Parts: sequence; structure tokens; C-alpha cells
Amino acid sequence: MTVDSAEGHRPEEIRAVPLRHPGRWAATAVLLVLAAMLVHDTVTNRHFGWGIVDSYFLSPPIVQGVEKTLELTFIAMAVGVILGVGFAVMRLSPNPILSGAAWLYIWFFRGTPVYVQLLFWYFISYLQPTISLGIPFGPEFVHMSANTLVTPLVAAILGLGLNEGAYYAEIVRAGILSVDHGQFEAAQSLGMRRAQLMRRIVLPQAMRIIVPPTGNETISMLKTSSLAVVVTYPELLYKTQNIIAATYEPIPLLIMASFWYLLMTTVLTIGQYYVERYYARGSSFALPLTPIQRIRRNLTTLRRAPFSTSALGGP
Amino acid sequence: MVRAEAVHKRYGLLEVLRGITLEVAPREVMCLLGPSGSGKSTFLRCVNHLEKINSGRLYVDGSLVGYEERGGRLHELPEREVCRRRTEIGMVFQRFNLFPHMTALENVVEAPMLVKKEPRAVVMTRARALLDRVGLSNKVDAYPNQLSGGQQQRVAIARALAMEPKLMLFDEPTSALDPELVGEVLDVIRALAEDGMTMIVVTHEIGFAREVGDMLVFMDEGVVVESGVPREVLANPQHERTKAFLSKVL
Repeated sequence: MTVDSAEGHRPEEIRAVPLRHPGRWAATAVLLVLAAMLVHDTVTNRHFGWGIVDSYFLSPPIVQGVEKTLELTFIAMAVGVILGVGFAVMRLSPNPILSGAAWLYIWFFRGTPVYVQLLFWYFISYLQPTISLGIPFGPEFVHMSANTLVTPLVAAILGLGLNEGAYYAEIVRAGILSVDHGQFEAAQSLGMRRAQLMRRIVLPQAMRIIVPPTGNETISMLKTSSLAVVVTYPELLYKTQNIIAATYEPIPLLIMASFWYLLMTTVLTIGQYYVERYYARGSSFALPLTPIQRIRRNLTTLRRAPFSTSALGGP
Repeated sequence: MVRAEAVHKRYGLLEVLRGITLEVAPREVMCLLGPSGSGKSTFLRCVNHLEKINSGRLYVDGSLVGYEERGGRLHELPEREVCRRRTEIGMVFQRFNLFPHMTALENVVEAPMLVKKEPRAVVMTRARALLDRVGLSNKVDAYPNQLSGGQQQRVAIARALAMEPKLMLFDEPTSALDPELVGEVLDVIRALAEDGMTMIVVTHEIGFAREVGDMLVFMDEGVVVESGVPREVLANPQHERTKAFLSKVL
């Protein structure tokens, strides 16, 4: 073996002929033709009804529907998260009754269609005409008709929230199981009780696993909230269908509703990105720059070295 | 401080501890030595009730670990009591087990504030003093993944000391460290011993055991094979098993 520890002369920079990619060029050409056809159709086909899309986009009933959609999404999601964390912790409890009850809940609400669950809550008064508060098997204090208690909003929250709770419990459980066992031992050896170590040590670390699917679930909930049409909850799709019934213009109005859903899911996606960064602190992966940081850095490097190729060609 | 009487521990059919009897006096440093799988770490984890023993008696500071004896029967202690007793025993792990989502300082102040409900200002002052004592006053705001193994282990020691324990347990504190980082951690443990802390140290560092230990216990297959003053046991082992082990590690 020979080793030269002294710094030798530096050989010249490698300037190789880059590899050609004819396949990429062909695929690009095909996609460009398809895109051109699509654009041509959307512009020339008057059945898209862009004027109708535009005129209803910010109309009062639609904006109200958007507000109702957001309201339902966030309340149902909050119910789902609270139930999910509770059932996940129960599921991992050493008490077999608690973990069994959590298993049963998840089994039932994950195993039946959310559409059926929504209808079920809508028709709850057939099963339980009055709902009362009191001592079990003893005297009752408050009597209420199920129809006044379970409004369309309550039915939608129960249907979507209870269903979400079952899915979310499994997400939280996966997060808790991903935390290194040594963390439990370290916390226990410091005298922390189970509730304390869950809240302060385990759940914050589980968040790194829990947050990405939570974003997914919220986006999914936003779209699933359109099922609340069946319980006559006046959200975006319900309002849209009302207008369709009055105008017989299904395509432009469905496009309009889709634009609203896309807009809302895009905002949620951006929010998710920043929440994930927050919970990634202290993890071993270096955080990539945010788009804003990236633009700012590119601007400063451009200003410093206006002719540098790396600043232009870099990621 | 610690008294074990014929302690047995098994996992299913596997007997890991088969009658450990030993005693650690206050201000004494006991080093546990032995091949892997000999039950050293398991014994350590029994002392703060991370593991339940199956038979025998284990006392820390005069009271039974994990149980209470009333009317001739053992009663399991409630979680609150088990946790309160654990606050008096510090433990340092082979893999550090720092809380990765907290800075060094936050790691140290967490338990005194959360578990012992001590006022923030008091804990902060003590935590900074402890981090200074383990030589990390310039790393208080670093996250564990920004620290070397030796630095992480020193934070872990400060974290355990912040609870002001009467007894410290070290479970192979230097086994996961690069050789050049072992010294800085052993120096901290040595300084603790000089301050009179009662300690049980599971270690493979023969030199450390000889120099710092008041007593050396050699374990194999769940029993104590040999024990005594470290210098004598190491220089003149009596049992074949001890001789064989020492000839490999020395």
C-alpha cells in the first residue's frame, strides 16, 4: 500500500459530455400535445360555462356554504383528534377492559361506511325519541326530544367525528409505538407517572409521526364533509346542489365547487408543511429551507455573485 | 442503602437472576462486572422497580422496592408511591435516552418541575449549576442531536442529579461511546464518587472499577460469582469464571 499524505497537485476539472435522454424529449412532446388539446377544449367548449363559474364563485349562498364546510370540518376534526388520542392511550393501557373497549370502538366505526353512520345519526329519533340526563337506571333530570337535540350540524359532527376518532386512534397509536422504549424508561426513572410521561415525553415525540397523516385526514375530512348533504347540513355542496336545481347548470357549478375545495385543501397543505417543521425540531434530519427562505437566499446569492452558475442552476 | 436478599427474576421460563444477595452501604461505590447476559443490567433495573422481582427481598434505604409488607403479606404499591420512590434514585442509561425534543437545559429541568413541583427559578439555577459541573455550561441550549455521545451522557447525568437522588444507578454509561469520549464521562462519575454519592455502576471499564469502586461484584449467569475490594479481586481472582473473564478483558 502506498499513501501520499502531502497535498499533491490538483488535476484539471472534469468536463465530460453529458448523457443524452431521447426518451425524456419524446415524453415531453406527448405531454405538451395533450396539454394543448386540453387548453383548447376548455377555452372553446362553451359548456364549461366559465361565466357561470365566475358569477357564482363569490355569491352569498356559496360563501355561506364554504363557511359551513370549514366550520364542520374543524369541529368534526377536533372531535376526531380528541377521541383518537383518548382511544389510542386506552388501547395501549395495561387494563384489558379499557383496551378492549377501545378496540371495539375502532372495530365498529372503522368497519361501517361513514355514509351509513351519518344517516344513522340523522334518523336517531326513530331509535331514541327522547334523550334524558340522570342517574343510570335511576331518576332523570333533563328530558329532550332527539329531534331538537340532534340538529343537522350535530348529526354531521357525530357522524364524521366519531368515524374520524376511530381512524385517528390508529394513527396516534402508531405514533406512540414509534417512540423509543428508552424514552419511557428514562421518564419512569425520573419518577414520572404514566399520564405525565405520555403528555410531556411520548406524545410530543409521537407528533413527528402523527402530524403528516393528520394533514391528510384534515384534507380528507374537508372533502368528506360534503357527505353531510344527506343530513341536510347546508355546506358547500348542499348550496351548490340548490343552485343546480334552480339553474340546471350542473357542470359550471360543480367546477366552481371543485375550485373552492382545491383552494381550501391548498391552504391546508401549506399549513401542514409548517406544522411538520415545528415538530421536526431536535430530529436528526436537517430541515430543508421553506420556499420563502429559499427565494430570499437565492436573491442574496444572486446579488453577491451575479454571474455564478451555481446560483442559477442549483436547486 | 441497597440490600438484596436472594433476589430472583425470570422472564417466562428464563431465569435471569438466580439469587442475588448483596449490600451497598451509604457513600459506597459498587461496580458490577460480568459478561453480557449475566443479569447486571436486570438487577439494576430491579432496584428502581423498572422490573418486578419474582422472589427474594430488595430494599432501598430501608424500605422494600415496589411493595409494602402488611399483616404478613406483600401489597403492591400504588403508582404514586412507586414514582415517589423513583425520584430518590437517579439512573443513567447506556444509550443516554435524553429527550430529543428538548434542549439540554430543558432535559434537566423537566422532572424537578413536573414531578417534584419545584419552583421554576430554583430549578433553573440548580440545572445551570449542574450543567456547569459536568462541563457543559456552553451547551445549555443545544438539542441532544447537536451533542457528541460524551456530552449527551453528561447531560443525562446532570438530568438524574437534578432530582437530588440519594442513590445513582449507572447502566454501562460508557459502552456506547467512542473510546476518546469515555474519559470525560468517567471523570464526572469519579467526581460524584468523591462527593460521597452512593452508586451502583455496571461497567466494563476495569481501570475505573479498580480506581473508583469501593467494592467489586462479578456476576455470571444470574449469580454473584465473586465480590470484594476491587484491587484484590482484579489482581487475584479466586474463581475460574472470574479468571477467564478477566483474561479476556484486561
